[in-house]
Amino acid sequence: MTNHHPLDFDKNVSRALNDRQLIKNIKSAMATLVSKRKAIFSDAAETERLRTLGNALKKTALSKLPQLLEQLEEKCTQNGIQVHWAETAAEANQLVLDIMKSHGATLLVKGKSMVSEEMELNAFLQKNGIEALETDLGEFIIQLNNERPAHIIVPAIHKNKDQISKIFHDHIPDAPYTEDVAELTAIARKTLRQKFYQADVGLSGVNFAVAETGTLCLVENEGNGRLCTTVPGVHIALMGLEKVVEKLVDLPPLLRLLIGSATGQLVTTYVNMITSARKQGEKDGPKEVHLIILDNGRSKIYADTRRRETLQCIRCGTCLNHCPVYNRIGGHAYGYIYPGPIGKILNPQIEGLRAAGVLASASSLCNACEEVCPVKIQIPDLIRRIRNESYSKDSTCTIEGHGYKRNLAEVLAWKVWQTINTHPLINAAGLKILNVLGMKIPKIGPLKDWIRYRTTPELAKKSLHELIKQHGVDHE
Amino acid sequence: MSEASRHRIFSRLQAATRQDTTPVSQLPELPIKTYSPKEKIERLITLMEAMRTEVHTTAAENWLDTVEDVLKVREAKRLLYAPGTEIGEALEHQWENAAADLPQLIPYKQDIEQLKEMVFNVDAGITSAAGAIAETGALILWPTEQEPRLMSIVPPLHIAVLKADTIHNSLLEVMQKENWPAKMPSNVVLVSGPSKTADIEMTLAFGVHGPKELIVLILED
Repeated sequence: MTNHHPLDFDKNVSRALNDRQLIKNIKSAMATLVSKRKAIFSDAAETERLRTLGNALKKTALSKLPQLLEQLEEKCTQNGIQVHWAETAAEANQLVLDIMKSHGATLLVKGKSMVSEEMELNAFLQKNGIEALETDLGEFIIQLNNERPAHIIVPAIHKNKDQISKIFHDHIPDAPYTEDVAELTAIARKTLRQKFYQADVGLSGVNFAVAETGTLCLVENEGNGRLCTTVPGVHIALMGLEKVVEKLVDLPPLLRLLIGSATGQLVTTYVNMITSARKQGEKDGPKEVHLIILDNGRSKIYADTRRRETLQCIRCGTCLNHCPVYNRIGGHAYGYIYPGPIGKILNPQIEGLRAAGVLASASSLCNACEEVCPVKIQIPDLIRRIRNESYSKDSTCTIEGHGYKRNLAEVLAWKVWQTINTHPLINAAGLKILNVLGMKIPKIGPLKDWIRYRTTPELAKKSLHELIKQHGVDHE
Repeated sequence: MSEASRHRIFSRLQAATRQDTTPVSQLPELPIKTYSPKEKIERLITLMEAMRTEVHTTAAENWLDTVEDVLKVREAKRLLYAPGTEIGEALEHQWENAAADLPQLIPYKQDIEQLKEMVFNVDAGITSAAGAIAETGALILWPTEQEPRLMSIVPPLHIAVLKADTIHNSLLEVMQKENWPAKMPSNVVLVSGPSKTADIEMTLAFGVHGPKELIVLILED
């Protein structure tokens, strides 16, 4: 995840909070997604069983990750899928470019892939003279408008119909102006059909890769994933190394969880299971299939057994939908491809605390993300871990940049706080003084920021100690 | 590049698993839901119709009449089919004695490289469904050498022919019963309806990239 500009999270948040249209668009869409999910997981006991199973399946897979990745590689190779390994986004980009070049290809049709966003693949290919075209409708819209996805499942959710009408009219040659969703969809179909026909190479992500059979599983509603992985002569699949699961029979529960959480459906329109390139005698399908397995910081996360849980994520996006912070600022404010609660724990661990640690501050720790997570990632606990490491120089810390927020003034302030609160006399005297002077927090330095969005707590006229002295303790 | 990266990635992962002593929890088992044969058909129809699939149940000997009807209504001019399959042979036979207003039969009998323009210009494609799943409401398409993958995704109308006794309770059940792990083909796809999207304001729109219409014929004995 190369972030070219340092993240100014405060500024991003302020900008988002002042964009009324954005907040309206996001809120309405999130409400729809939340209620659809609720309807599909209406049986609480069954949902709990499913989530427990999902958690166990992903935990098990992670516990034997190296073996499963080796098995996946072996099976895929047997099935004629070429497996490549990339340590960084730059390496993965280069691999895609090399495959394109080896076929003299200049047009790549893309199904939705968050890993490709993470790699900033489109910009890289464009620099190298290759057109990389998004075909998922949401991704297509934001590509036309030169934006990044605002949500990992519904990328153009920050735009309303009228804005999209204008984007289409401005950027698609000969597209008539229309605000009708069916007509807009038809324009996209017509424009992209031709590209599916022409493209030499198609690219997709991977939702689950099955080690047992070497099967790449991909869910979608539009059919662009099927077209990208079937029409062109070459198919490139991109996956993060955490996407591997052990057995084919692990798929049914994981699919239920992913799809139900992401879009509130029982099953998507299409569930693709790709196990090999075109075999002798088959009349279509890509003649070459390449699987690029990307690390990009994931193995660093894996090294810490507590933080490893982050890699259980199946990218359903439901933690975004349920997050009070995401609901008020949308995806772009986070400054990284993965926004919302999962982004708050993923980005700081990959990019280091200095670059992205601030994201962990954007949480009220309300726990909604953990309660809905289909694989039960304890996101709030990991947010606290990131916050703690931001201030700690302790040798048990494992996140890059830990202790970066530690400063003398704050350390001293807490020392004073500790002294006051562990010495009853000083505590009592302090409270007396505050009672007389009133609770006034000086608007200076870091305190100025701290009280900007907070109301000063009101002190009771009498302390609990004093009340007990006067009235005694009422034992009912 | 890839080999050196592979080595470094695996060294890091293996070092981490060596330190790890957390026991792996026992996997809980999910009960498989079971439906009676009648319930399976009903549930499949309800769920697929909710996804805007057009479903016809027909007696096994009359399915070709239904195919003719749905094609005539839509004034389809060209129908892509798979010669050499059970469905293909039945269609050829029926078309021999048919009236002139039926669409032209386009056989998928060469590699896509030779047929691409034709495949992209038919009005409909007809394939078999290898089975279906009652629990979630989806067809199982299992493309073969004779019945290739693109037949069910490129044409704007896809007609799928399903035998009622191949409807399974759940995906898990069919994977286990038919031992899928031992025989995964190049491509299997579950299909629950026509292509759709909700990417604009969460408003449903159909036929964005794949078929605009899906028609399922359920053949009952």
